Amino acid sequence: MRKVKIHITLKEGVLDPQGKAVQHSLKSLEYNNVHDVRVGKYMEVLVDDKEDLEAEIDKMCDQLLANPVIENYTYTIEEAG
Amino acid sequence: MKCAVVVFPGSNCDRDMYHAVKDELGADADLVWYQEANLADYDAVLLPGGFSYGDYLRSGAMAATSPIVEQIRAAAEAGKPVLGVCNGFQILLESGLLPGAMLPNKKLKFMCHTETLIVENADTPFTQQYKEKEEIQIPIAHGDGNYFCDQTTLERLRENKQVVFTYQTNPNGSAGDIAGIVNERGNVLGMMPHPERAVDALLGTDDGLRLFQSILTYWREHYAINA
Amino acid sequence: MPSTLEISPETIEQNRLYADMGLTDEEYTSVVKILGRRPNYTETGLFSVMWSEHCSYKNSKPLLKKFPTEGPHVLQGPGEGAGIIDIGDDQAVVFKIESHNHPSAVEPYQGAATGVGGILRDVFSMGARPVALLNSLRFGSLERPRVKYLFEEVVRGIAGYGNCVGVPTVGGEVQFDDAYNGNPLVNAMCVGLIDHKDIQKGIAAGIGNTVMYVGAKTGRDGIHGATFASEELSEESEEKRPSVQVGDPFMEKLLIEACLEVIHHDALVGIQDMGAAGLTSSASEMASKAGTGMTMNLDHIPQREENMTAYEMMLSESQERMLLVVEKGREEEIAAVFRKYDLEAVAVGEVTDTKRFRLEHHGEVAADVPVDSLAEDAPVYHQPSKIPEYYEEFQRMEDFKPVVTDYTKTLLELLQQPTIASKEWVYDQYDYMVQTNTVVSPGSDAAVLRVRGTNKALAMTTDCNSRYIYLDPEVGGQIAVAEAARNIVCSGGRPLGITDGLNYGSPENPEIFWQMEKSVDGMSEACRMLGTPVISGNVSLYNESFGGQAIYPTPIVGMVGLIEDVSHITRSHAKAAGDLIYVIGETKPEFGGSELQGLFEGRHFGKAPELDLEVEALRQNQLLTAIRSGLVESAHDLSEGGLAVALAETLFDQELGCDVTIEGDITTALFAETQSRFLVTIHPENKDAFEQAAPGAQQIGTVTDDGMYTVKQKDVVMEEKTSVLKTAWKGALSCLVKSKA
Repeated sequence: MRKVKIHITLKEGVLDPQGKAVQHSLKSLEYNNVHDVRVGKYMEVLVDDKEDLEAEIDKMCDQLLANPVIENYTYTIEEAG
Repeated sequence: MKCAVVVFPGSNCDRDMYHAVKDELGADADLVWYQEANLADYDAVLLPGGFSYGDYLRSGAMAATSPIVEQIRAAAEAGKPVLGVCNGFQILLESGLLPGAMLPNKKLKFMCHTETLIVENADTPFTQQYKEKEEIQIPIAHGDGNYFCDQTTLERLRENKQVVFTYQTNPNGSAGDIAGIVNERGNVLGMMPHPERAVDALLGTDDGLRLFQSILTYWREHYAINA
Repeated sequence: MPSTLEISPETIEQNRLYADMGLTDEEYTSVVKILGRRPNYTETGLFSVMWSEHCSYKNSKPLLKKFPTEGPHVLQGPGEGAGIIDIGDDQAVVFKIESHNHPSAVEPYQGAATGVGGILRDVFSMGARPVALLNSLRFGSLERPRVKYLFEEVVRGIAGYGNCVGVPTVGGEVQFDDAYNGNPLVNAMCVGLIDHKDIQKGIAAGIGNTVMYVGAKTGRDGIHGATFASEELSEESEEKRPSVQVGDPFMEKLLIEACLEVIHHDALVGIQDMGAAGLTSSASEMASKAGTGMTMNLDHIPQREENMTAYEMMLSESQERMLLVVEKGREEEIAAVFRKYDLEAVAVGEVTDTKRFRLEHHGEVAADVPVDSLAEDAPVYHQPSKIPEYYEEFQRMEDFKPVVTDYTKTLLELLQQPTIASKEWVYDQYDYMVQTNTVVSPGSDAAVLRVRGTNKALAMTTDCNSRYIYLDPEVGGQIAVAEAARNIVCSGGRPLGITDGLNYGSPENPEIFWQMEKSVDGMSEACRMLGTPVISGNVSLYNESFGGQAIYPTPIVGMVGLIEDVSHITRSHAKAAGDLIYVIGETKPEFGGSELQGLFEGRHFGKAPELDLEVEALRQNQLLTAIRSGLVESAHDLSEGGLAVALAETLFDQELGCDVTIEGDITTALFAETQSRFLVTIHPENKDAFEQAAPGAQQIGTVTDDGMYTVKQKDVVMEEKTSVLKTAWKGALSCLVKSKA
């Protein structure tokens, strides 16, 4: 079994209202060194290991987990304990 | 004309759409469960609003991967009118039947009220009973209605007259004030506002009824002669 | 949590572990007596939740008996998931209100969301399709950051759940007062529609029949939620956060559709939701009501987490679960209905003739107790009651007489009080239109929904001015019911009945118990006089925050009325210039508990306004008759802020003006909160007929098209643009929310 950790983020240039709101709140808490916040999603997927696992994860992300119009994804694959 | 109202798990405007078509328009309509539908039997396909799969992951994303989407694509390719309202619009976007994507509303809150829409294109199967630039009152109710597409796509949509409805006062941050768009062929309409909530003056406005009447007229002109 | 099975009955007794679960020494002793032995850990848990106030009403039962619960149209009174009232044509309306105060105080989004989910299940488990949700909310001062957070998150939670399941949130109220600073109130009401033939009961009948479990899997969430709801809030409550449940509205939507399909299946015997005290209360109540027993094998319970103990499974308050009793041998037919919706219905037990509630787990008996002892044998406490000193002091006080120097400025300030200000910021987040039946949307006196396929409509409202109840629980209780009825009547409806959401502090405090007693007396009197039986309800006690500060006594009235013809539907907004403005009912210098008193003095004291129930009933009847005769253009009850506020609200929709002349003391005429009054506009040609229908009505002026709010006596008292008043009223709440605390 492998644990796939997937990060999905909005593409650059896509307005992120949540990120803006969080940034605003951090500012009002006087974290003046904060310049930008982007909010994304994090998923953990437990899968059986196989030879072309990466290709399959790419397919999962393209097909469902991320929307290529607005989102990018990155992932790491770990040994599942 | 026989309309299929496709019901996904979590659809919740399905009955409203059904009543609008059946009771107010007077056309035939069936509620068809997404796993049991045979859309070849229908003249028009209506994708209702709601929260398919709870809007989990992204609004419309999971419904867009279900097998029925291939049937919807086939109906669109056959030139049948396909209408997606609210979550139905999101499903059309997620399945690539229409360009673009939905983001959360600019103010990050769900919003429900009646908006003034401007009819930008009165020459589609869905809008021929309206006048160009006519202002109509149609309710909105959504959390993810902030339409996004890149600048090239937006320009293309405008050039091809694919922008069908815009908001008079943009409530959600949508690119180009877009409330509804059609595909290049013009027979697939996605819109965030709910025309099926605007078919009876008792509830405030019946400006949406003409959208359904337009579909019926279109069908009569193009198909009924042979039927 | 360590394996609880190993804790022996002796240890439970010696270390008084039952007390941690909420049982008193006396209650524990009676459990031992009932069983003839010491209870094991799981059994102790069963009794502790079933005998908690939340499930047993042990402190409030003697009071609840006072409510009139019967009437010619009542098909189901208190005792089932929700009450039912006949509305003709073999249709009935089903409704109930329920509190989710304590969970909302700790985790406001999920607390409010699961409150909505729970009340929905109460209604659709009766076989009814939920058609509307209302919410009655109380918060402290919005100047406090924590209160602001609670307010925003509660509203978001209600929206998140209600919008997703596709049931419109059409009304309710939101009020703000320092008394709720540490303890907000979140009461959710659901209204459903049903055909008589579809009415279900939560019974486990038919020896040998199969008990089935459907819906979400059971996890460790919400364990001891019921006892948690029966304790005062403390700093430890924050630490109890893991016990707050998480809602899944998508699962609920699937359950609604599947359950409304399965009720038409003749293999279904009984159905009940798993609410407070989860599996324990639903299973034992179903058996107890049917006079049967039940055996369950907990190995079959769908579990979300590993190694769950019997205790944890039985006390879990995981959401979106239902319990069904099905004819033996026909389980697969029922399971097939649920499978369509991706839901699994699992056989978990059997109806027996033993009258015992027996649980098996891992091949051992985890519990075996008389089933009636859980549901029926909870102790009943007659708490001592004592007239509070504050009340006696208030009764002795001279009448409060406010001095107003600038009437327009005062009106503007009143319109911006969060309790009076427009609630658009709230209801814009709720889908109040889905199901396309909402004729009168939030913002009028009551919400109105048409009944599709008929010419009828339903009016619904929630009401409770807790300041009056604090000042005088009996009169205040009467007013709460009367005001709800006024709102129904103003919408063109005949009040049918009420559901009550009784929210108080600790019943063990004699002064608070006195508030409970007196307010229930007052409500009962009003219900009798106005012909509105109590068909369902909920009690929430121990609403106190750190330091023992109790909330105002807040018995919320949820009322539903029947509008016999959609043409009778009336709104609170004036329709056209030239219409005549009338006030029904005389005005007295009553300012105790008023909005003006709060504004000027920062607190409420003195006597509550008087109420004559006979006069109230007479005026309501007269107004309803006038509305039904087509004589009335708009009707609005006079409540918080008096005539000045009601008049402004009447004009806002189209920003019309008015030309009004008042008599007597100006401050009294404008701002007093005398009861049993209505503001009505009529067409001039209906003048004679209206004055005949409502003999006490006094014409005070006309609606004008100049957009000016003008009030005169000899000279001009107030003159302001309606648009200016509206802007202040409309923006106040969002302004308060946005402002930095």
